[in-house]
Amino acid sequence: MPKITIADLEKIREDTKRTLNFRLGTCKAKITVHMGTCGIAAGARDILSSVMKEIEERKLMDVIVTNSGCAGLCSKEPMITVEMANEPAPVKYIDMTPAKIKKIFDSHILKNELVKEYALALGSEKTA
Amino acid sequence: MNDLSLHILDIAENSINAGAKNIEIIVDENVENDKLILEINDDGKGMDRETVTKLTDPFFTSRKTRNVGLGIPLLLESANEADGSLTVNSEPGKGTKVWAVLKYSHIDRKPLGNMAETLISLMLFSDKTELFYRHIKNSNVFEFNTKDLKRQLNIGSLKEVKILNGIKNIISHKLSEL
Repeated sequence: MPKITIADLEKIREDTKRTLNFRLGTCKAKITVHMGTCGIAAGARDILSSVMKEIEERKLMDVIVTNSGCAGLCSKEPMITVEMANEPAPVKYIDMTPAKIKKIFDSHILKNELVKEYALALGSEKTA
Repeated sequence: MNDLSLHILDIAENSINAGAKNIEIIVDENVENDKLILEINDDGKGMDRETVTKLTDPFFTSRKTRNVGLGIPLLLESANEADGSLTVNSEPGKGTKVWAVLKYSHIDRKPLGNMAETLISLMLFSDKTELFYRHIKNSNVFEFNTKDLKRQLNIGSLKEVKILNGIKNIISHKLSEL
């Protein structure tokens, strides 16, 4: 099997000639993987790899991934935050697995359909 | 943490949060002397002596989101389990050095894990921090740094999925050859 060289990377760069600076509005979705100590211990690095794999395999040029620290809900890790350009608020998904990531791509990222069963919470308590 | 590469990711994140411009990560698999040495050096803001002494206390953290800080305590535990030691040297304004020495053949020594994934995770964290990686095994050396890579690619940022996945494959391949 041939080795990947710097020359290959150069080609990759030419293939992906788009702005590296993300601005909601120019990109459809931004996915943040929470990678504090708690997230890492719960498997966040595998979740990041899954997100990157989905983006590359599905050739999604308008979806970007980033990572951040602890979101303060350590027992719900691994967590991701999905921000869609056409949605008013970010959505936090909890207890992530690679299979759940796949479903979030199929549904939320590609069809704008929230995956309710994986979301942290929907709205707040009802008042009388 | 399941493996040592996850500890390295966690500790190096502290370096990024400390404003490090450069982080040097060294993994030395010294089978001959039965030692596995992990080293993370940064030029971040550093810590005073009092802070360093509190690092192994799980209920100490400089963070505001919660009251526990488990990064260093967990690494200390992993080092202790493998008949090893952990040293943290730091100087305000200069930087911090975290140095763990583990017994390579110890039955409880965690596996090194996937260093390629750890390195690209760190690249995704910050464009402004350059990574210098050095992996020594059986007197073979693999070296890699983001500064040269950016120059060779003529780009300012590596935060692109295709690029990072490409780099991950290169690093995995090179490490498997060591």
